[in-house]
Amino acid sequence: MIWMSELPPYIPFFLAALLVLVTHGNVRNIILLATPVLGGLHLWLDVQPFVPMVATDVLVTAKELSYQVTVFSYQLEFMRVDKLSLLFGYLFHIASFIAIVYALHVRDTIQQVAGLLYAGSALGAVFAGDLITLFIFWEGLALSSVFLIWARRSERSINTGIRYLIFQVMSGVLLLAGALTYYHQTGSTEFNYIGIESTAGWLILLAFGIKSAFPFLHNWLTDAYPESTPTGTVFLSAFTTKVAVYALARGFPGTDLLVYIGAAMTCFPIFYAVIENDLRRVLAYSMINQVGFMVCGIGIGTALALNGAVAHAFNDVIFKGLLFMTMGAVLYRVGNINGSDLGGLYKSMPKTALLCIVGASSISAFPLFSGFVSKSMVMTAMLQEGHNYLWLMLLFASAGVFHHAGIKIPYFAFFHHDSGIRVKEAPNNMLIAMMIAAVLCIFIGTQPQYLYALLPWKVDYWPYDMTHVLAQLQILFFSALAFVWLNKQGLYPPELRSVNIDFEWSYRKLLPAIARVSYNLLHAVNNGATRVVQQSWQGFQLIFQASRLSKYHLASSWPTGSMVLWIGLILGGYLIVDVYFLYIDDH
Amino acid sequence: MIESHLSLLIVVLPLLTAPIVAILPNGRAPWLISTLVSWSVFTLACMQLANVSTGNIISYELGGWAPPWGIEYRIDAANALVALIVSGIAAVIFPYALKSVEKEIPEQQHSLFYAAFMLCLTGLLGITQTGDIFNLFVFLEISSLSSYALISLGQQRQALTASYQYLIMGSIGATFFLIGVGLLYAMTGTLNMMDLAQRLPELYEHRTIHTAFAFIMVGFALKLALFPLHLWLPNAYTYAPSVVTAFLSATATKVAVYVMLRVIFSVFGFSFIENTPTDELFLILCVVGILMMSFYAVYQQDSKRLLSYSSVAQVGYMMLGIGFGSVLGLTATLVHLFNHALMKGALFMAIGALVYRVGSSRLEHLSGLGKHMPWTFAAIVIGGLSLIGVPGTAGFISKWYLVLAAIEKQYWLIVVVILLGSLLAVIYVWKLIETLYFKSENDSIQPETIKEAPLMLLIPTWVLVFANVYFGFNTELTVGTAEQAIKLLLPGVN
Repeated sequence: MIWMSELPPYIPFFLAALLVLVTHGNVRNIILLATPVLGGLHLWLDVQPFVPMVATDVLVTAKELSYQVTVFSYQLEFMRVDKLSLLFGYLFHIASFIAIVYALHVRDTIQQVAGLLYAGSALGAVFAGDLITLFIFWEGLALSSVFLIWARRSERSINTGIRYLIFQVMSGVLLLAGALTYYHQTGSTEFNYIGIESTAGWLILLAFGIKSAFPFLHNWLTDAYPESTPTGTVFLSAFTTKVAVYALARGFPGTDLLVYIGAAMTCFPIFYAVIENDLRRVLAYSMINQVGFMVCGIGIGTALALNGAVAHAFNDVIFKGLLFMTMGAVLYRVGNINGSDLGGLYKSMPKTALLCIVGASSISAFPLFSGFVSKSMVMTAMLQEGHNYLWLMLLFASAGVFHHAGIKIPYFAFFHHDSGIRVKEAPNNMLIAMMIAAVLCIFIGTQPQYLYALLPWKVDYWPYDMTHVLAQLQILFFSALAFVWLNKQGLYPPELRSVNIDFEWSYRKLLPAIARVSYNLLHAVNNGATRVVQQSWQGFQLIFQASRLSKYHLASSWPTGSMVLWIGLILGGYLIVDVYFLYIDDH
Repeated sequence: MIESHLSLLIVVLPLLTAPIVAILPNGRAPWLISTLVSWSVFTLACMQLANVSTGNIISYELGGWAPPWGIEYRIDAANALVALIVSGIAAVIFPYALKSVEKEIPEQQHSLFYAAFMLCLTGLLGITQTGDIFNLFVFLEISSLSSYALISLGQQRQALTASYQYLIMGSIGATFFLIGVGLLYAMTGTLNMMDLAQRLPELYEHRTIHTAFAFIMVGFALKLALFPLHLWLPNAYTYAPSVVTAFLSATATKVAVYVMLRVIFSVFGFSFIENTPTDELFLILCVVGILMMSFYAVYQQDSKRLLSYSSVAQVGYMMLGIGFGSVLGLTATLVHLFNHALMKGALFMAIGALVYRVGSSRLEHLSGLGKHMPWTFAAIVIGGLSLIGVPGTAGFISKWYLVLAAIEKQYWLIVVVILLGSLLAVIYVWKLIETLYFKSENDSIQPETIKEAPLMLLIPTWVLVFANVYFGFNTELTVGTAEQAIKLLLPGVN
């Protein structure tokens, strides 16, 4: 027993954020490290005993643990526990612990406070039992995480942060609108299955879609994540999209549309990732690709697929975090993360290079690494439900992942031609954090039964059979062959410092350009019109001033005159319409 | 004794204080007396609200003359709430006034300033208390004339022009109202509101009644600064002394909205309004007003003018509720009346604290000051969040009810407009915050000499800031009283 069982898990994080404000040095570090550890133990010792751990077909809520507050006649449920929220609860505690260890050398209050508030908001969101509470933490995620982007303190990151915030707030506004509409339609704000049969469902799906980076709504992610600090990106990569995946899994399981959206998400980022030079942006694209697998799983909606989706979310946080950490370490030491400028770093950062390879193997779903045990669940479910063509798309995407994340990242950063850069190995705390993540990747990959025991829905599945392993290995080897051959022939897109045009071009360049052109056009028309009016007005004034009437000219000051005009217009207009209304009544 | 004359005392006390303050020598005495009176009036207003919040109605006959011949003060939950807002804001602003007035207004005008302020308070409270429509006009003129004088005391020369223009426009509005009242009197032979309410239904078809209503409505639309009749407001609020801006922005337009509410629902009745284009007119003007005024606010270069335009937009939210004419809509109106007084009061007072240190409210002079004046800056941040309508602040409660009301009526476009308005509010509040905190200091004001504002300014400001947060969680007073008031305004619905 650590704390009372009803204590919502976000509270320790928010309190710790306050404490961090008033402490410094070692005391602050101890508070930072203790928060996720104690919080995790709280979940394990206080909360888990109340949750029925036997997997079932439907989610069972632990009724004893409900924590509700009534705010102006609405019930806000801050604590609602079942196996789904518990799984994400564990995940976020692990992720925040790793990220905190990784960022332990940082002396920046804003980043540390924002990081804790961000992790706390994510926990608040997954344990929220109703849509209003979800909305509160949804906005909390947006407002706290933007400081992690601004923490880089460059002109570019400030602008990026504002664009990021606009997207996130838009998602929040949509969620609120959806929640209110949902309340109006059903009389309840409870957050369970929602579906897309109603307007409310569409609004909420769109809100979730922005946060989980659906195609055309994804640009905030690839725009913002690479602009954060080396440590900030590790936090960012863990929470926002995974909260969205959680919300989709609870609100829209089995929605057919999601299968197609998910399949698109797995494929399109690959092309961008291959030609992108900034290695952290490559990882951002690969993040969309991985979330695509999860969205597919949710869309299929069978127990196996849903389990696969959430298990993949679990693994993705860890291996994607590991990759972001290794790239962050390179950025921290070298000060630059462009593929074209790096190379040969394995000589000076051998440990980081090795850890990066572990992460790369996991994301490429090599057997015995964590990506394999969860991705294969989604793929199998896809076949079982008869989506053969989509299955081929996912297969292509898997090969693509190996290309851009599995080979490209370690190859261009640590091997390739020697760039001559000689730096120190990453700091110890970074190495420890990466080590923890790497151990988890291999542990889950070899002993998947422990992860499977946590999965919410009832299913029997074991990934290590002949077909899976062989099929996966074949994909990987042919993919590797393609990489080697393309490189040898000089056909592989070289690492260039260039700007790659994504959908965001349409609102960052096209829209402003259209606006500028139409503004100029309007301006010209306006000028012309004004000139004509002015000239005739001046002519009129000359005549007027020459006449006797000018003596009665009332000194006109702008607001009063215009105001009287408006009064006259409104009174007159009102009375005319009123007479019309009376006339209608008479007939 | 006090119990039975409660409603009269609320008006008479400040009225009698005004001449006393005027003949006192300049110094701190006028301020002290005004402050004490404002606190006692606030206490009386609290007692009055406690009396009527259970649903009963106080009817006080002035001088013992029975209505409809004599003047009646008629208090129900709606007036009591508005009287509480006015007196409450006054009780917070008078302590604040001492320092701010010493800085902004020449010493020899102090006693006259406080006398005018007392008269303004009298007028606003009188409007809320009275049940007689001509008496209402008298109080309207008292409050208007004194506020013209107050605005003209601003430091810059433009204050005089702004005040003069407001005088002209305000007089047009008041005259329109008087014309309307005159027409009503000609048709019904009574000036008592309850009496009017009984005699009007049989005359609903009569064109003179329609014309009377049109004049009253346009007159008060001007006083409450409904777009596009708001043109007096930005200049007046920008150039008035900080204390006056804070007080008027939190009370004057609110009282005018209350009169609109009273005239539409108690005197004429919503069934009359439904057969006129009024509700449609309100909805159209509000929607355009909210969007355009929020948009204007984004482009302002003066912090007071920025908040003034935001005030006009916020008036749009209040009038939307009246345009809906539903229980939820009126709840939103009354609740926003209360909450907007809290947020604009807090924001203008915080800006006043900046002006106290810097001497200007223009954004270029304020850049980077947030680091030197952290408490003032924090007050602006919280007040701004409330203005946006972030959950956990009073502003969220108002927006919530307004959106619910719009959804109930299935006005989807208006839901979108309300949310767009909030998005624009994010932008202009961010503009304030960015200037204060993220921009580098302007060297012409010697930033190193700028200190945090004195406690006499900070404490009253923070009282309102806390109220913003408190009423974001506890809605018993606001929503509870509003629901009680609506039972009387919309009989037959409940």
